[in-house]
Amino acid sequence: MSSRTVGILTLLVGSALAACLVGCGPTSESGDSGSKETGSKSGGVSGSLTIDGSSTVTPILAAVAEEFSKTHPDSRVTVGTSGTGGGFKKFDAGEIDISMASRPIKQEEIDKAKANGIDFIELPVALDGLTVVVNKENNWVDHLTVAELKKIWEPGSKINNWKDVRPGFPDVPLKLYGAGTDSGTFDYFTLAIVGKEKASRTDYQASEDDNVLIQGVKGDKGALGYFGFGYYEENQDDLKAVAIDNGSGPVAPSVRSVVGATYQPLSRPLLIYVSTKAMETNKVVGAFMEYFFANGSQLVEEAKFIPLPKEVLDVVKKHFDERKTGSLFKGAEVGLGIAEILKRETGG
Amino acid sequence: MALSIQTSPLARRRKAADKAFRVVCLLSVVASCVVLVYLLFSILQDGLPRLNPEFFQNFSSRRPEAAGIKAAMMGSIWIILITAAIAVPVGIAAAVYIEEFSPKNNPLTSFIQVNINNLAGVPSIIYGLLGLAVFVRFFAMDRSIIAGALTLSLLVLPTIIVVAQESIRAVPDSYRHGALALGSTKWQMVRTQSLPNAMSGIVTGVILSLSRAIGETAPLITIGAVAFIATVPENLSSKFTVLPIQIFDWSSRPQSGFHQAAAAAIIVLLAILITLNLVAVLIRARSQKRA
Repeated sequence: MSSRTVGILTLLVGSALAACLVGCGPTSESGDSGSKETGSKSGGVSGSLTIDGSSTVTPILAAVAEEFSKTHPDSRVTVGTSGTGGGFKKFDAGEIDISMASRPIKQEEIDKAKANGIDFIELPVALDGLTVVVNKENNWVDHLTVAELKKIWEPGSKINNWKDVRPGFPDVPLKLYGAGTDSGTFDYFTLAIVGKEKASRTDYQASEDDNVLIQGVKGDKGALGYFGFGYYEENQDDLKAVAIDNGSGPVAPSVRSVVGATYQPLSRPLLIYVSTKAMETNKVVGAFMEYFFANGSQLVEEAKFIPLPKEVLDVVKKHFDERKTGSLFKGAEVGLGIAEILKRETGG
Repeated sequence: MALSIQTSPLARRRKAADKAFRVVCLLSVVASCVVLVYLLFSILQDGLPRLNPEFFQNFSSRRPEAAGIKAAMMGSIWIILITAAIAVPVGIAAAVYIEEFSPKNNPLTSFIQVNINNLAGVPSIIYGLLGLAVFVRFFAMDRSIIAGALTLSLLVLPTIIVVAQESIRAVPDSYRHGALALGSTKWQMVRTQSLPNAMSGIVTGVILSLSRAIGETAPLITIGAVAFIATVPENLSSKFTVLPIQIFDWSSRPQSGFHQAAAAAIIVLLAILITLNLVAVLIRARSQKRA
């Protein structure tokens, strides 16, 4: 008897709830979309802003969204994390206002946006230095050349021992840890080191979660891995960063070498793409970007990334104010300082 | 006589095999328990200090010590209630139709049956892609709670239907015959005999499949559940996040403070799951006592 009662109660409560929700839904929904159109209300802007894309950039925009929401209580900012490629798919379909990316937009992604009548402003928001790390007990490596890294990581590489990396290195098995193939980090590292996007050996420990890679490198004397600078910084007592020699002497990753573009080719810009259509129809987008330009640097730092230098940020803001559309990156390229890239006239 | 059989080589071999089998089984139990206890211990150690009222009242934050699960927890509750409200009635009704009304040994019925059984084994990400194409894009529901709940409903429906069918089938035919012989209609028979007697099995199955849904991440990320949101859901078209996504986001951050927050959120999710399972166990125990 009692179980029957429970069962029927479950059903009743469920259906009642559904009925209530469906009933309540439309009224509040119309209020919501209405406020999106009307814009300003009691001094601040109201409405919703949808951001999605790279999980690497998510902590930055989530931090900005958090603070922005405090000063603009009528706005609703959401930050999704479906990956750089996934973000552009939604951006191209007009489903989101701002797309986050850990690599520049690709030509096919630009074409698709154009086909859907979507134009965008490209804005670098922070810098990151992909950091090559080894175990703390590794006392034989202080720097690696790009050629050595390429030899290790290129597709079909058979190097499984440190002694094969450079003459003089000890006989220690080499264990590799790297980004999962869906991440922008993987795209960037392969392009910078191997010379071709997504070209990598496949017999390494891959994870989208950098903390997994950190644990791996920590626990294995012969390990070598790579991930974002912030993750190294948080774990620098347990890991050793390798300086990179790109032909002009070894340079260790640091805030200064990344900002000064001497840490090459693994310095990368993190970007956002703002839809101009969204800017016209949605006042929150503009207010959000203004807020970012005013307060972003500190939030970028708190999110464990490297803020743009002041003069670069000024150029970025100018691009935004002038509504300069299109991408400054000629598809995939590495090794250029962010300041140089920003000097370019908009292509495509 | 009996003694000689026991000490024969064959008997000894059988005994040895028996012992070995028992040891293997015991080792499997011990191994899984050790892993589980270790996991629970490390999660509790990391997460318990973070479990304070603020953790439930705060939204996610860039400062790990201020980060909370308000949005994620409310999102999970909304999602699971709406999923239940959609999937449970539809699932049970479908099971009733297949078991009580549909013609037996009909090719169409068995075709449907095979498909339901197969759907129960489809990976959840596939449902996410389906949800993105159908609910988010085609029906233009956007990345809303209702799109998420409908997607999860599709995910749990096959399981609910199969479990409900099994429970209805377990009701002895004599009950049905008795009811029909007394002149009840089929609807009366289902209402007074089949469903009440099958209900405890159905509810157990429903709760277990909903526990699966509450832990799902992949399909919801696919349809566009967010990682950061500073509001709780207000209606069916609200954007949302859920506990597993919050855990996923925090555990991939560099700062160890977020890892503790993730551990605390895992404890909350585990507590919800254990509660749900406990309810299922209680219902089953009650129905057995009755029988």
